[in-house]
Amino acid sequence: MTTGGLTIMLISVSTVTLLFAWCIYKVLSIPGETEHMHGFEMETPDEKAQKKADEKGA
Amino acid sequence: MKKPKKKQTKKALKESWSSRIGVILAVAGSAIGIGNFLRFPGQIAEFGGGAFMIAYFIAFLVLGLPLCWAEWTVGRYAGRLGFHSIPGIVTAITKRPFGKYIGALCLVIPTIVFMYFVCVQSWCLGYALNFLFGKIHFTDAHDAAVFFANFTGLENIGGSFQISWDKALPFLIVAFTANFILIYRGVAKGIEWFCKFAMPILLILALIVLGRVLTLGTPNPESAPDANISNGLGFMWNPQKTFLEAKRETTQGMQWIRQKEIVGENALIKAQSIIDQQGPEKLRLTTLTISDQLKRPKLWLAASGQIFFSLAVGFGIIATYASYLTRKDDIVLSALTATSANEFTEVSLGGLITIPAAVAFFGVSGIAGNTSLFSLGFNVLPLVFSSMPAGSFFGFLFFFLLFLGSVSACLSMLQPGIAFLEEALGFGRKGSVGTLSALMLMGTFLVAYYSFNLKALGTLDFWVGTFLIFVMSTIFIILFGWVLGVDKAFEEAHQGSALKLPKIYKPILKYLCPLFLITIFVSWLGMDVLGIGTDTLDHHIADLMGQESHTETMIVFASIATILLVTFAFITIAGKASIYKKELKKHACTNK
Repeated sequence: MTTGGLTIMLISVSTVTLLFAWCIYKVLSIPGETEHMHGFEMETPDEKAQKKADEKGA
Repeated sequence: MKKPKKKQTKKALKESWSSRIGVILAVAGSAIGIGNFLRFPGQIAEFGGGAFMIAYFIAFLVLGLPLCWAEWTVGRYAGRLGFHSIPGIVTAITKRPFGKYIGALCLVIPTIVFMYFVCVQSWCLGYALNFLFGKIHFTDAHDAAVFFANFTGLENIGGSFQISWDKALPFLIVAFTANFILIYRGVAKGIEWFCKFAMPILLILALIVLGRVLTLGTPNPESAPDANISNGLGFMWNPQKTFLEAKRETTQGMQWIRQKEIVGENALIKAQSIIDQQGPEKLRLTTLTISDQLKRPKLWLAASGQIFFSLAVGFGIIATYASYLTRKDDIVLSALTATSANEFTEVSLGGLITIPAAVAFFGVSGIAGNTSLFSLGFNVLPLVFSSMPAGSFFGFLFFFLLFLGSVSACLSMLQPGIAFLEEALGFGRKGSVGTLSALMLMGTFLVAYYSFNLKALGTLDFWVGTFLIFVMSTIFIILFGWVLGVDKAFEEAHQGSALKLPKIYKPILKYLCPLFLITIFVSWLGMDVLGIGTDTLDHHIADLMGQESHTETMIVFASIATILLVTFAFITIAGKASIYKKELKKHACTNK
């Protein structure tokens, strides 16, 4: 491996590694971010109908 | 006192599986996989590290990131209007009846890609378990090639349809069932749950394999001193590529023909001594510099294509996932994080494992012509692991990490179809999963049974996994920049955002990105498909003209018929779905 190859490899690898690390740091360090998160869940039509029926029943 | 405690428990439960990290891992999981570990190293080795990485990073900034941001934004926007399927998302953006048909066409991509990708997933599982139970001991390249042909049924139709360790069928049954069990559990309890543990495990396994590969040194110092990790890394990352060329008689007269790539000082000294013996009029060394490489349109096409396919943009998957977010949820940072996770896996892990390991055992000349995805992954690498101390264990780890990556990718390909059936036909989860599994079973059977020369897989991959993705990505970026409007799109993207999009991305998204995409698409069509400059028509086009054997032609037409049938079914369902008509009526009333 030449010096040029080593330089390119180190620059490429460190760039994407730092970017990834910075992103993870940002995601984890923003206070209360998980509080903002809308439930990543979906209700299918049958579940919605069931929920409505339950609410009516209640 | 009891009441608040109850509420707290409920909230804690919700947070545990609806976190930002969960969404990011789900999107990253849709992209991270086989392409990172097998396709990327092959590409970079072919074009040389320096030049390829320049083009790669430019394509990432100009094409990959903007397309991801566009898909996240478009998806969340439509989700707020109540649409979670691709036809719904496109209808919500365009507010035109044709939107649902474009969306239905886009939906064909993940559906068809799943049909063949689940087969590749079963190969990864099969190789992983064969390694784990010590059933793979290859001594040469022929052994590896015979096992692969036998395992996949490459040599005859239905060749893999036996219940046996050395056949793909049992692993396909397990993989297919596992995918549908997970998708039946739903987005949060299935996809997100799986990605939350699979992605970190995948990264840990990759780091273990990387550690082993980088400490291989020179496995056979006496018989093959040039076959070592340093030369393997040099083969991939060196900015200049040196070739030995020989003068040969061709139809166009005497020409210098490339013989082999020279990597490492020993190889260079050997090549120079051969030139001295035979004379400089017969042999010579040539060097391709970074600037020489960057002048090749094919390099730009390869780098852009790698970014494009690696990030899984254009499938409509990201838009579907993002449609479950609200206005308050950040998408700019989430998109960047998911994208950077993919880049980290590709460059820092994939770029350092596959090719260096192969070169360490077989030398640069040993893997020449074997850098394509399947050849590298299922012929060269199993042989590498067979030659390595504790190779069964490391072979298992490597193929298992590929399996984990492919499961998360397959799950992401199922969700758009599930969302569409639920939205357009009002199906419940059982109905939508049941209907989609029946459709997928037929398609997967076609790919797995008609395995001869992997013709069905190749045909579906070309027409849907490549051609249609280019078309749909172009449509997505036009929808984002021109139909939704770049100012409105920016405003939408910044809702709840933890990061601001740089203003430079406005002209990039509106002009540069579509132009770049169209240029790549046209260049790919011209150079690779129609063979302009090489006079060689892509074999997928030649296949349509019946230039192959009767069996192969029959498989090609069966595959094309499958694509057309799925397209017809989705377009018909989308056309008749009342939910899209209601949305259009609502929009018309609002305008009045």
